[in-house]
Amino acid sequence: MPSASHTRNPFTHVETPAVGVAVEHLTKNFGSLKVLKDVSFTVEPGEIFVLMGPSGSGKSVLLKHVVGLEYPTSGRVMVDGHDAASELTRERVRMALVFQSGALFNSLSVYDNLALYPREHRVADEAGIREKVMHALRILSLEGAARKFPADLSGGMKKRVAIARALVMEPQLMLYDEPTSELDPVMSATISEIIASLREEYHVTTIVVSHDRDLALNIADRVGILMDGKLIFLGPPSELREPKDPVVADFLAPKIDLQHPRFKKLET
Amino acid sequence: MKQITAILEGFGSTLLLLLRALSFSGTLVRQRARFFEQCYLIGYTTLPIVAILSFFIGSVLALQAGYSMQNFGTQQFIGSLVGLSMARELGPVMVAILVAGRVGSAIAAELASMKVYQEVDALETMNIPPARMLVLPRLAAALVMVPVLALIGDLVGWFGGALVSKYTSIISIEPEAYFAVLRRYTHFKDVVNGLLKAEVFGFVVVLVCCNIGLNTRGGPREIGASVTRAVVTSLILILVVDYFLTQVLM
Ligand SMILES: Nc1ncnc2c1ncn2[C@@H]1O[C@H](COP(=O)(O)OP(=O)(O)OP(=O)(O)O)[C@@H](O)[C@H]1O
Ligand SMILES: [Mg+2]
Repeated sequence: MPSASHTRNPFTHVETPAVGVAVEHLTKNFGSLKVLKDVSFTVEPGEIFVLMGPSGSGKSVLLKHVVGLEYPTSGRVMVDGHDAASELTRERVRMALVFQSGALFNSLSVYDNLALYPREHRVADEAGIREKVMHALRILSLEGAARKFPADLSGGMKKRVAIARALVMEPQLMLYDEPTSELDPVMSATISEIIASLREEYHVTTIVVSHDRDLALNIADRVGILMDGKLIFLGPPSELREPKDPVVADFLAPKIDLQHPRFKKLET
Repeated sequence: MKQITAILEGFGSTLLLLLRALSFSGTLVRQRARFFEQCYLIGYTTLPIVAILSFFIGSVLALQAGYSMQNFGTQQFIGSLVGLSMARELGPVMVAILVAGRVGSAIAAELASMKVYQEVDALETMNIPPARMLVLPRLAAALVMVPVLALIGDLVGWFGGALVSKYTSIISIEPEAYFAVLRRYTHFKDVVNGLLKAEVFGFVVVLVCCNIGLNTRGGPREIGASVTRAVVTSLILILVVDYFLTQVLM
């Protein structure tokens, strides 16, 4: 396991207290489309919160509210006691979002993608930045890709570069949008380990959107399940092993029933 | 009604973007690498076509003037006509139109694709304001480079006029005589007025194209729509601003 403890850690993580997140009665409409309907939950400082839910249920939209890329129709999201919709919050709290699509800067090489944040915020001199960047690349087994451009990467590599770019930011609050969706099983497990060890070492508050049951069951402190814009489950992952709610059970372990396929039920 | 609100919205968001970009002007020294890159892009992509077009516009001006002036036998004044029209009006407007077509469209396309592929969102979550990193260096580069392009356009246009005046039988004026008249009637002030115009046009074009690019919403198809909108808006604005600037600078 390429854990951070094997290499000297150049991340000069200043001791900043972990931040909590509170989602309060969050409602979001896009025109007439109601995406989030009165969602409330909190994420404690240093907690790993895994958000699951079917495709289109509003998970990505929810994450965007936390980083202030979308504004609530009503309700609010508080990050460390500051309204996430305010621009000042970004200056007070270091947040990193790993976008579902990666959102890499296509005109910059992988190395420059990672180096952009420390350069713009002048966290270190060029040698220090180099050390940080190479360290993050090593963690994600990307050393060979440093000089490549995003267009020349595979889907899974893009995802890993996006995660590495977020690591370089040394965030207090880390948000992952489906970090393991395009990765092979070993790399998925590695990502789960990275998420967990970041929390262990730096007490980073983490919200992970994922369909990955293994990830949820192994590293989550608590799990939320979003369905049709409503939170239908909120609790520790142990409760998910034998869910009481049949809807939750079907979402987590859908039976493939060739005699009565789901898509045919829709037609009647 | 909808169009009017759209225009007002566009105006408002452009103004806001300008204010945001200006509020970061202190970072320009730190961003000099980006600034020089943009200077190079603006100069490099536009200079050849500016030279070619100016040359022919100067030539055509001389030809048309020669044709109409032969009725009065006033061909010796062609230098003043070419000199003044190039410096005060055609040089700056033409350079602005070329900048809109070559630079503005490229800016709109680049920023629109960054927006559509969530690169702008990523910048924002990294607390790197797009106005600082993407807009400010481009605006500054336009301020520096567009007047330079316009000056080159003026010179090449005058030269084109001189060539035509010498070798066209209905005109047949030696370059010395042509440039003597040109210098007598085209004052330093006229040239500076023109460069000032070019500066304003270039600034407006780059600002508007940045704003339209950054406000792109939707998928890849919208990138093309944004480019078209950026160029069309730029062209309209160049001519509208030109009218008012000409009045002010009379
Ligand atoms: N900017 C937007 N404008 C209009 N509708 C949007 C916008 N963003 C998201 N939506 C809609 O909101 C709903 C939820 O989208 P979201 O991306 O949050 O889904 P998701 O839960 O992340 O799904 P997936 O697991 O497939 O990523 C979808 O119906 C989507 O069409
Ligand atoms: Mg999503």
